[in-house]
Order: sequence, then C-alpha cells, then structure tokens
Amino acid sequence: MTPLQRQILDLLTEDARRDIRLLAALLGEDEAVVRDAVQALEDDRVIVKYATVCNWSKIDPQRVTALIEVTMTPERGRGFDAMAEHMYLYPEVRSVYLMSGAYDLLVEVEGANLRDIATFVSSKLSTIERVLSTKTFFVLKKYKQDGIIFEQRTKDERMSVTP
Amino acid sequence: MQRYIVPRVQSIPPSGIRAFFDLVQSSKDVISLGVGEPDFVAPWHVRDAAVHTLERGKLAYTPNAGLIELREEIGQYMHDRFGVHYEPTSEVIVTVGGSEAIDLALRVLVQEGDDVLVPEPTYVSYAPVTTLCGATPIPVSTAEHGFVLTVEALERAVTPRTKVLLACFPSNPTGATMTREQWLPIAAFAKQKDIVIISDEIYAELTYNGDPISVASLPELRDRTVVVSGFSKAFAMTGWRIGYACGHRDIIAAMLKVHQYTMMCAPTTSQWAAVQSLREGRADTARMVASYNQRRRFVLTSFAQMGMQCHEPTGAFYAFPAIASFGLSDEQFAKRLLLEGKVAAIPGSVFGIGGEGHIRCSYATSIQQLTIAMERMQAFVTALRVEMPE
Ligand SMILES: Cc1ncc(COP(=O)(O)O)c(C=O)c1O
Repeated sequence: MTPLQRQILDLLTEDARRDIRLLAALLGEDEAVVRDAVQALEDDRVIVKYATVCNWSKIDPQRVTALIEVTMTPERGRGFDAMAEHMYLYPEVRSVYLMSGAYDLLVEVEGANLRDIATFVSSKLSTIERVLSTKTFFVLKKYKQDGIIFEQRTKDERMSVTP
Repeated sequence: MQRYIVPRVQSIPPSGIRAFFDLVQSSKDVISLGVGEPDFVAPWHVRDAAVHTLERGKLAYTPNAGLIELREEIGQYMHDRFGVHYEPTSEVIVTVGGSEAIDLALRVLVQEGDDVLVPEPTYVSYAPVTTLCGATPIPVSTAEHGFVLTVEALERAVTPRTKVLLACFPSNPTGATMTREQWLPIAAFAKQKDIVIISDEIYAELTYNGDPISVASLPELRDRTVVVSGFSKAFAMTGWRIGYACGHRDIIAAMLKVHQYTMMCAPTTSQWAAVQSLREGRADTARMVASYNQRRRFVLTSFAQMGMQCHEPTGAFYAFPAIASFGLSDEQFAKRLLLEGKVAAIPGSVFGIGGEGHIRCSYATSIQQLTIAMERMQAFVTALRVEMPE
C-alpha cells in the first residue's frame, strides 16, 4: 500500500461519496493518478464495497440485532472456515468473526423482531453440525459502528465570525 | 457615561470584524469561512484529562508563571520542535491565551513615545493593544512581497523611536510563512536598530511547506525575541484560554510581574489539559494539520478554477484571495458574497494596509461545507463577471 492509497482510504472511509475530482484536489494529485490508485484498491479488494451506514432503529424500532457466541468443534484440515461460510451465507447474518478466547465464532444477526432471531438461532445456527453451544445477546442500542457515532453530538459550536 | 471613558480607549476604532459578525448573524443559511478557530474539538484524551483533574479537585491557583509541569513540557516542546532551549523556571510564562502574552509583552516593552512596527495585513489585536500601551503602531506593508516581510519595507517604516517589531508568521490572515533565509536579513536589521521582536507563532504547527520554524531559533535573535504562542490553534483549544510566552529571563520576569497582579495565573484545569496535549497530543496535531492541508489544497484548486488569484498560503488555515479585479472593494465584495452568494468571508481591509482588495477565507470547516461554499463562490463570481463592464 502506498501513502497515497492510505490517504485515499482515510478520505473514503469518512465519506464514500467523495469523487475522484475532490480526492485529487484534497491530495494535490492528478485525477488520473488518484483514479489508478482507487482502481488498484478495488482490484485488490482492499476497497470491498461502497456502502451506506444506516441507523435502522430510526425507521424500524422493532428491528433487532443480536451478537451470538458460538462454540464448535473444528473440522480436521479446514478449521472453522467451512462452518463460518455456512453461517455467513445466511442473509440474516451481518458479520462473522473468528475469535480467540472462550468461544470460537462471534456472529451478528439481524432480524425483524426478537422471535425472528430466536427462530434463526434454534432452527438454523444450533443445528449446524459441530456447533456445541450458542449464547445470544440482544443489542439494546447502537452508539457507534465502524468508527461512526450514530448520534450527532459534535454540532459546530463556533461563532460564525472570529478574528 | 461616554465622557468617563479615557481618550486612549475612545481613540481605538470599533472592530471591523465585529461589524461584519453582526451582518453575518442577521443572514440565514450562510456557510461561514469567517471562523478563526479550528473546527476540531480538543481530542477526547485531553478533555478526559481535564475532567480527571476536576474530579480530583485540582482547582487551586497555580504558581503565577504556571504549573511547573506545564512549563517543563513547553520547554521540552520548544526544544524538540524548534531547537530552542528555554529554562522552564525563568524563561517560560503560561498565560491566558496567546492574547494575554501579546498584551504582557507589549506592556513591558513599550510606552508613550515608542513605536511598534506591525507588518500588515495582520492579526487585529496588535495595533489596538499597542495603542493601549500609549505607543504608536507603525504599519509595514508586506503586500508587495507576497505578504512576506522584507528589510526594505522595514527600512521604509522604521523610526528612531522604534522599539519593537510585532510579527506573525504563519500569518493570520494571509497564510504566509517565512523561511530562515528570509529572517536572516531581518535579524541583522533588528540588531542594528536595537529592536526587540515579538513573534506570534501561534500557527507555527500549521506549516505546510516544510518544518515549522521559530524566529528565536536564529541564534542572533534568541534573546531579542519574545515568542508568543498557545494551544488554541495547534491543539484546538480556543475556549480553554491557554497560551504562553518564552524569551529572555529579564523580559519574562517583567511579564510575570504584570501577570501576577492582573491575572494571578492561567486557568488551572486548562493548564492540566495543556500538559496532556503536549505529552500525548502531538500525533493529534499532526493528524489535524494533515487534514487542514487537504482542505487548503482543495480551496486553492477551487479558486484557480474560478479564476480567482490567490497567493499560495503555506501556513495557518486561511487563504487570502485577491478580488480587486472584480471592480468592487473588499467590503463590497464580502457583503455581496454574503447576501447574494450566502458565503461569509472577511474583508481583507480589517487586517490593515495591504489587506484591501482581498478577502480572508478560513478553510477550518468540513470538506462537505467547503465543497458547497466553493460551488456558491463559483456561481457568485460567474454572475459578477457577467455584470462587469468589458
Ligand atoms: C495570530 C493570532 N494570535 C493570537 C491569537 C489569540 O489566540 P489565543 O488568545 O486564543 O491563544 C489568535 C486568535 O485568533 C491569532 O489568530
């Protein structure tokens, strides 16, 4: 990764809608250079996707997120990868992490309501072969995600004109 | 009760910034490029450190010169960053913002009958505070040399009664910086004329064309310079009211004498926060400076695209484009930009001679806001050109 690519990533993770022209101006580079750098990041799947961070609870208060700790027996030769894949292919699953410590996978699941998630865990997750146990924790409120604070608390407090 | 006010205060003209502020306040949906302070808030670890000292009740007066911990950190910082050594116990004073340091320095160095050379356009407090001391501010124009101070300009302005040169680089409002090479002849000049330099280096960290320099790092100027600085800009701590001055022990001792009777000490909580900034906040400063630099480039690119001339600012967070070619005065331009373009920028003439025909645009505002502001300015100048006679 070049220093330029690093700066581009910082600017795009702040706001993915910044276009090549703006990036070039901010970084003092030619647009062509910036375009190539972004292209390389996309090709290498360093930039995976340009997505929108939503605070769903604003429009859908019923919607719930749960974090599920899963313990399982690893598969000979493949470890946890196959089982992780088995889980992340479910659209309900928002993220899957392999963890160190007391459990193996941390699975984030989203559902329309509590029952949805309960059903998903009992009928889909727990029944996966080699799953030993699950522990489900419901998220009550999301304060910050991926470095983005949901409640805008940094209103510009400055006076409009100062020396 | 006007007749009770002493003539010296009456003689100070009302602030041009203030007048413009009132106008901006009365306008709606304006994006302001008139803000002379960072758009960052002090990093959380700094605020947290302040809260911690509040909780523990560390709220007594500090020594007049400031917490020794803070003076030691300032001494270390001046050494690390600028290569100048100051003795924390005798050559550093902690003040209520850089503002108080400017006031103290002028008060102990000039009085009735003395002249102070003030390179202009510059920060708005220098001339009034000089007047309050009974001395006379002598403007020195920098506009002819890209807003950089030259010996030629100083020679033209200097008087036999000149005692002080009050310089501010990186400059508010022009963003100009000065190199060591450009300071060298001025050092000789100061020595020859026996002039003390008050160097307001509050924007020093915000230097974009190389490492920041301190005037005091020129050996021949070390004892002849009072460095004034503070935490407002580099550490985004404006409302904390915390600054400092460094200089020869005799001058600092004199400043301390005034400070102990007029101020006692700088705010205690802010002093602890400043200690935290210097100990662990330098990476935050680097991050903020990198961000200002991006916005600086964006604004310059935008000005170039709209055909607006602008000296490349290499410091602070201001751009100072020339607008004289539009056939309007800077006041007229700024007023119409505000009312028609919905962008606030400060008329350059409030910053003294050489400021006329320019506007000060602060880019310490979000990229999103800046983008809209630049689009509005583009539309505004396009419309202006249409109405201009060929
Ligand atoms: C050049 C300059 N000096 C000094 C100050 C005063 O800063 P403070 O008193 O907040 O340290 C300012 C603030 O705008 C400034 O621009």
